Amino acid sequence: MEKTTLDLNSVTVRFAGDSGDGMQLTGSQFTNTTALVGNDLSTLPDFPAEIRAPAGTTYGVSGFQLHFSSEDIHTPGDSPDLLVAMNPAALKVNLHDLKPGATIIVNTNSFDAKNLRLAEYNTNPLEDGSLQGFNVVHVPLTQLTSIALENSGLSAKEIARSKNFFALGMMYWLYSRPIELTLKWVEAKFKDHPQLAAANEKALKSGYYFGENTELFTTRYQVKPAKLQKGIYRNISGNEALALGFITASVKSGLPLFLGSYPITPASDILHELSKHKNFGVITFQAEDEIAAVSAAIGAAFSGALAITTTSGPGLALKTEAIGLAVMTELPIVIIDVQRGGPSTGLPTKTEQSDLMQAMYGRNGEAPIAVIAASSPADCFEVALEASRIAIKYMLPVMFLSDGYIANGSEPWKIPEPDDIPKIEVNFRYAEEDFQPYKRNENLVRPWALPGTPGLMHRIGGLEKANITGNVSYDPENHEFMVRLRAQKVKNIENDIPPLKIIGDEDADLLVVGWGGTYGAITEALENVRRTGKKAAQVHFRYLNPFPKNTGQILKKYKRILCPELNMGQLSKILTSEFNVVIESFTKIQGLPFKTSELMERIEKILGEKNNGRK
Amino acid sequence: MEENKSNTQGEIKYTAKDFASSQDVRWCPGCGDYSILAQMQRVSPDLGIKIQDFVWVSGIGCASRFPYYMNTYGFHGIHGRAPAIASGVKITKPNLSVWVASGDGDLLSIGGNHFIHACRRNIDLKILLFNNRIYGLTKGQYSPTSEKGKRTKSTPFGSVDYPFNPLSLAVGSGATFIARSLDRDAKHLKEMMTRAGKHKGTAFIEVYQNCNIFNDGAFELLTEKETKSDNVLVLEHGKPMIFGKNNDKGIKLDGLTPTIVNLSDDGYSVNDLWVHDEFDKDTFRAHIISKFTELEGFPTPIGVLRQELKSTYEEDLHQQIKQIKELKGEGDLRKLLFSGSIWEVNGN
Repeated sequence: MEKTTLDLNSVTVRFAGDSGDGMQLTGSQFTNTTALVGNDLSTLPDFPAEIRAPAGTTYGVSGFQLHFSSEDIHTPGDSPDLLVAMNPAALKVNLHDLKPGATIIVNTNSFDAKNLRLAEYNTNPLEDGSLQGFNVVHVPLTQLTSIALENSGLSAKEIARSKNFFALGMMYWLYSRPIELTLKWVEAKFKDHPQLAAANEKALKSGYYFGENTELFTTRYQVKPAKLQKGIYRNISGNEALALGFITASVKSGLPLFLGSYPITPASDILHELSKHKNFGVITFQAEDEIAAVSAAIGAAFSGALAITTTSGPGLALKTEAIGLAVMTELPIVIIDVQRGGPSTGLPTKTEQSDLMQAMYGRNGEAPIAVIAASSPADCFEVALEASRIAIKYMLPVMFLSDGYIANGSEPWKIPEPDDIPKIEVNFRYAEEDFQPYKRNENLVRPWALPGTPGLMHRIGGLEKANITGNVSYDPENHEFMVRLRAQKVKNIENDIPPLKIIGDEDADLLVVGWGGTYGAITEALENVRRTGKKAAQVHFRYLNPFPKNTGQILKKYKRILCPELNMGQLSKILTSEFNVVIESFTKIQGLPFKTSELMERIEKILGEKNNGRK
Repeated sequence: MEENKSNTQGEIKYTAKDFASSQDVRWCPGCGDYSILAQMQRVSPDLGIKIQDFVWVSGIGCASRFPYYMNTYGFHGIHGRAPAIASGVKITKPNLSVWVASGDGDLLSIGGNHFIHACRRNIDLKILLFNNRIYGLTKGQYSPTSEKGKRTKSTPFGSVDYPFNPLSLAVGSGATFIARSLDRDAKHLKEMMTRAGKHKGTAFIEVYQNCNIFNDGAFELLTEKETKSDNVLVLEHGKPMIFGKNNDKGIKLDGLTPTIVNLSDDGYSVNDLWVHDEFDKDTFRAHIISKFTELEGFPTPIGVLRQELKSTYEEDLHQQIKQIKELKGEGDLRKLLFSGSIWEVNGN
């Protein structure tokens, strides 16, 4: 059959099925291949907290969304152009997100009475006309996979589990992607199980050939490579980039990397990734609890390691007291908080930006620390380096805020040349002469004198320290002096970070202010709005404590300031109190990232208001 | 600057004084902690460890002020977390000799989790429990080792909870050196500290320590001359369990039941008695000994309950790193960053 190939600039697809259907794997494979093809891309895995929720139910649906393009993109896409629905529940959960007229590929075999009942469908949506307006492609995926694997020697159950690869093969055909990368992956993955390797290969190829031969598809699509900057790229998730960033910081500082961690979603992948790289001397200490994890990191910092601890909101709450200890003892540690929906256990697998206040202020006493946030998956690499540099240079705890969205999401990363990454300077104290544990340099930083160094024996701890000697002191004036000094030390970092940069129209009336993982959505929304000829400016914070020196100056320049956040307006409150400016807070607390369209709508509304001046 | 004589590579003969910091000791006059500090300063020079390689870590409580008074590296941490902080110190720099000073509230209540996990991992930490069976620094509440029915500020009608048995807990958690001593028995305490210092792995010493302000006389029966020998059993490896004023009482193990026998008139001889074996692989016998304090009429054992030599956490961890380096080669940053599926963009 003659088939046409259509060029597209940009496509958003979503794979959805039971949490046991292998949707995350299917999505990652499609992503890696798409990266190799050279598209710019952004992903959004979305899965339930339950490992294997009851099959067929709506709350057990696991999804993986991928936006890929021949142009520069910043988000995983608002609404899919195509949905692969492995069962009725997957269709039901995802239908309302789709673009009008979107294509839906359904596994017709799963639309039986039982699955329809589990998904709470009274009638079969494939038959009742409710999908009118969509391009529904009926594929008997389960059946086709069993026919393909008839003689594979696998059990019926194992064969059924391979249907995701059939679907993947079909998708590769549909979007004109090569299957070789996944074939290589299959070969490596099932090295010791030739039968499974052969079956997966067969399923993938059968899916591909099915696409080619079936009359269900008359058109296939092509998305040309994006015009990315010259360089060598890989696709990377936030957690992976973060782990690589800290290994790089360890190499560049010459300090052993010590990770104290207790498993918690969505931060555990950092522990997994770092555990793999022991040949870099990485020490991963899976502690008995969150408190032990950070306490061990503090001990490791005392011993001279680049010490970090990874967690999410509930774990950060537990680490609070120990972070205060690191403030008091002035030891360098990096606390990584991969934020998720809260409070309490909240939404473990969903994203949110609601730990900002906790990061900034969540400790007893006056205990300021440096706070820094990553804005995209790849940005986690650079922020890891920067957090390490600041912690070591200023001898203090640094909070690194990531979130579930950028931790699990991925994008192409232009790999930096290792030799171009600057060294992180470390100055251990060895000289005995004039040594005082709390005597400071010009940045108010105390010396890092490691146990084992002759002649520098000293004691540190959580009780208030006398200036210079570090002896315990209850002196009222010393206490006030030290509290202010520790705050000043954090403040001094502002002289050592780049100024805030305005993106877009400097002379606009509206400034959109963001921080962390909302960067992509805000950027894309503003690009779209500005393309229509309207003016708007954007700033995005990496440094949240201290703020860049020019923050106040920039904020005061604009008539209106919009601050979109995935919380109840935490940055808005901080900026308002710090800089005495009026901020319009735009918030969403659904465990999901912003859609570009919701942001555009809000921005356009403001720009459309006639009297939009507050000055 | 505090004086020390440790800044050369050669063998240096330290004295107890070298281990005393310049800080004024601020425990209450008469506190048992003074003796523990003095004995520690006395044995430290003879452990064969350079003074700069000692690290004392503590949590919160009276006992936890200990690091301030030792002229070594010291870390006064937060409540209960000393074993966790110490673990980080030791794992990062395994050549350090890392000691933990803690109290019954610090180690067994708020820090119970860290204590059992340090023991489980067999991290080479020396953990001293200053057990006075009371909260001192918060001024007199009952502790997790206070006897049931204890009347304190927080239990005016008597406590209703059962206490921990620290030795049983240490046995159950897998500590590889477990001992008990008394603040008032300087010679014995020094011996235990020395042996703990030379042990490789988690070493735990429960020191019965008198709080003369809030729980005075808690261990009187064990420390006063008249009552001591009838109430204390000194455990010695390879020796039968004998106690009593005239060394006339012994302990015999019938199956799993320990019994006290009278050597002078029951017709029992020394040969019938339980011979203590510190290296006994089966921990159930150590567990039985740890329970003597809960058995009516039994003496309180002091000495080394058990010890075991096995690899430590940090040894295994660094060994694993070494093996993986040999297998995969020293980490190469370029290789790491450029791994996985990479592709080249030639630009435009």
